[in-house]
Amino acid sequence: MSNTNTPSAEASQAGFLAIELDGAGWDGADISRAVLAAESAGFHAATFTDTPVPGRANALQRAAFAGPVTGSIALVPEVDTVYTEPFHVSTQLASLDYVSGGRAGWIATAAEAPGAAAAVGRSSVTGAALGQEAAASIEVSRRLWDSWEDDAVIRDVATGRYIDVDKLHYADFETPDGFTGAGYSVKGPSIIPRPLQGQLPVLVPASLLGEVPADALDAVLVSAPTPELLAAEVLDVRSRVGASVAVIAELDVVLDSRGQAAASRETAFDGGRAAFAGTAAALTDFLESLLADTDGVRLHPASLALDLDELGRLVLPELRRRGALRPVLQDGTFRDLLGLERPASRYVSAAAGTGK
Amino acid sequence: MTQHNRAKSDVFQPTGQIQFGIFFQGVNSGTIWKAAESGSQTDFESFRRIAQTAERGLFAAFFLGEGLRLREHLGRPHALDVVGRPDAQTMLAALASVTKNIGLVATQNTTYNDPADLAHRLASLDLISGGRAAWNIVTTDNAWTGANFRRGGYLDHADRYRHAEAFVETAKRIWDSWESPAGPARRVLHEGQHYTVDVTPRLPRSAQYRPVLFQAGDSPEGRNFAARQADVIFSAHPKFDDAVEFRKDLVERSVAAGRGANAVQIMPASEFILAATAEEALEKKEWVRSLQIGPQQAIAYLEQFWGRELSGYDPDGPLPEIDPVVEETSETRGSGFHGAKARQLADQWRAEAKDKGLSIRQFVTSKTARIDATFTGSYTAVADHLAEYARTGAVDGFNISPWLVPTGLDDIVNHLVPELQERGVYPTEYRGSTLRENLGLETPVRTADQPSGAVRA
Repeated sequence: MSNTNTPSAEASQAGFLAIELDGAGWDGADISRAVLAAESAGFHAATFTDTPVPGRANALQRAAFAGPVTGSIALVPEVDTVYTEPFHVSTQLASLDYVSGGRAGWIATAAEAPGAAAAVGRSSVTGAALGQEAAASIEVSRRLWDSWEDDAVIRDVATGRYIDVDKLHYADFETPDGFTGAGYSVKGPSIIPRPLQGQLPVLVPASLLGEVPADALDAVLVSAPTPELLAAEVLDVRSRVGASVAVIAELDVVLDSRGQAAASRETAFDGGRAAFAGTAAALTDFLESLLADTDGVRLHPASLALDLDELGRLVLPELRRRGALRPVLQDGTFRDLLGLERPASRYVSAAAGTGK
Repeated sequence: MTQHNRAKSDVFQPTGQIQFGIFFQGVNSGTIWKAAESGSQTDFESFRRIAQTAERGLFAAFFLGEGLRLREHLGRPHALDVVGRPDAQTMLAALASVTKNIGLVATQNTTYNDPADLAHRLASLDLISGGRAAWNIVTTDNAWTGANFRRGGYLDHADRYRHAEAFVETAKRIWDSWESPAGPARRVLHEGQHYTVDVTPRLPRSAQYRPVLFQAGDSPEGRNFAARQADVIFSAHPKFDDAVEFRKDLVERSVAAGRGANAVQIMPASEFILAATAEEALEKKEWVRSLQIGPQQAIAYLEQFWGRELSGYDPDGPLPEIDPVVEETSETRGSGFHGAKARQLADQWRAEAKDKGLSIRQFVTSKTARIDATFTGSYTAVADHLAEYARTGAVDGFNISPWLVPTGLDDIVNHLVPELQERGVYPTEYRGSTLRENLGLETPVRTADQPSGAVRA
């Protein structure tokens, strides 16, 4: 925790690198290998996609499995907000924070695949309603994470109280007026004490901005169709969200590897995201300039086995030498990495007479 | 193939063995928090320590409960007992990376989950852990719990098992859908009263085919449900005579369900208070009980049924003469005693306490301590007693709730397990790497392709 940075100071000069670990499969040993490789390569964060693809195990559980075997890398799963129960999602994410020692984050997504609706027997949510569902679910989680004040577990033998009930709070969430989907309410409090980080960092794709207000987020994931357009898109999003929200650029990567040119390697990138193909040296230069305009970059390697190896050997060490990367936090939290303070529970001031 | 024949037989055949599971409760008064040795209920280290101790003792399974709403007391969260626990599957996925053989059992309800989502998450846990996942199926129906969920309270009490069974059958079809680890997958359709499912499952079968199914209901309906669907019953009948009776009843039900007399295993909930001698064990028991139910908890327990504050009463005195407030106790907010006839109950309890000469604290201890579920004594005497369960096949094992976290299994693993092994009634190694292998359960057979179209519940 001693490395805590303020968002303005070091964060403006150096960024962080995240890597999407899709492709590690469903086997525990494979997941461990991939996340440990990412950690030893010097990545600051690993993300776990959860879009419905055959062979893809639940993202949050893959992240949880990685928790005890890693020590510094942040673990950030995608969790859908539309077809899930916000109460469960909140509990699962808080639990991830505990099993990772405060290294958890949440990429809050809004499932668009029609199959996601049919799987749970609901009609498809589309358009602005997607962002409304995301905003509602994020608000539920944030309230529930605050619903136990930090010192709610008191274990006071003299009075026989395990918890101080004055430090537990009902969330009393109701979907707002104008919510176009089926409205709902969540009573609370949470069934798990406050997460280690107080609040997990919440990341959302830029497509949900607007319906999801900037003050509900900690970071936004920015995509553009080409590497050339990415910097402009980053600046545009930055102007919309302000300085308090981290901006993370999304980049597909395929590198020259083991004597094979990037151009000749088969790629199956998920369209719409800027893709970089070329040498490690050219990628290093590109990332150095991108990191100057962003808080971080998330890389989506074409092949975890090939590209992660190249990134760890050639790209990250050089970026670190150039001072473009923040230090990896030993014993730090994901909030520390993002330069975020640990917030007090929103309910603390509501408690009578605390004088806080 | 003897396993196969045993399971299909109409005559129950004891295995001569027992196994242990550990139930990390995370709520209620069974776990002591007031002792110096009481550890954190939320730190990962507590879970790691107890799971690894259990694995050292060759335990078959590690259980976690599920919290859906905090228990309340007179309209506020209950303050006196251990409370605040993690999501079961998230914690078990993390434990999968620091254990190798022990089964990982998540309690999950069928009311506030969706079948496709829950089946996918359980399949994920099963694959990530190399075939060690299990689902302890529970049903719930009260609207009070529903206040935390999109659906709210929607299910009638009478419908809960019908709903649960359709849910479980849908989950089984989801786990059964991939032809091979390379696919392809069958689409799963279900159209029922409360939900519809249309999904092409994303994950193949695991090393143990699919998650093992536990079930904990005890009503006749619950038992029939288990006889049709479950692999193991997490029963409430640990006392020897009751266990024998329960086995007989369950064998009849599983034979009637067409599954054979040995198809469903039984692991009752239990608690062990052990020491080198019987005297020491009894002393320890006094100490454990005094910390499980302290003076404030004794009063609070009665307040749940009286529906009013009783803090003016002496915990070491007689039960209150004052009558309960009937209306407010019609639902006791998660404590599990719905619709109790409060006044009648109060009369009955006062008479019982007077008859036995019990103070409030002694009476409440006798009500809450699950006396039948506690094995107290020297390591050797308890081992002899358990060997009798193994010999007769009264149970297949015990699901142990430690009264201390995270050290509560230490004396069981260090002293009781070797005594049982000496008597030849406890495993000396893990039989395999999956939970199904370690429990000695049959591997399911993939169902034939069915004509497409929705299956009605």
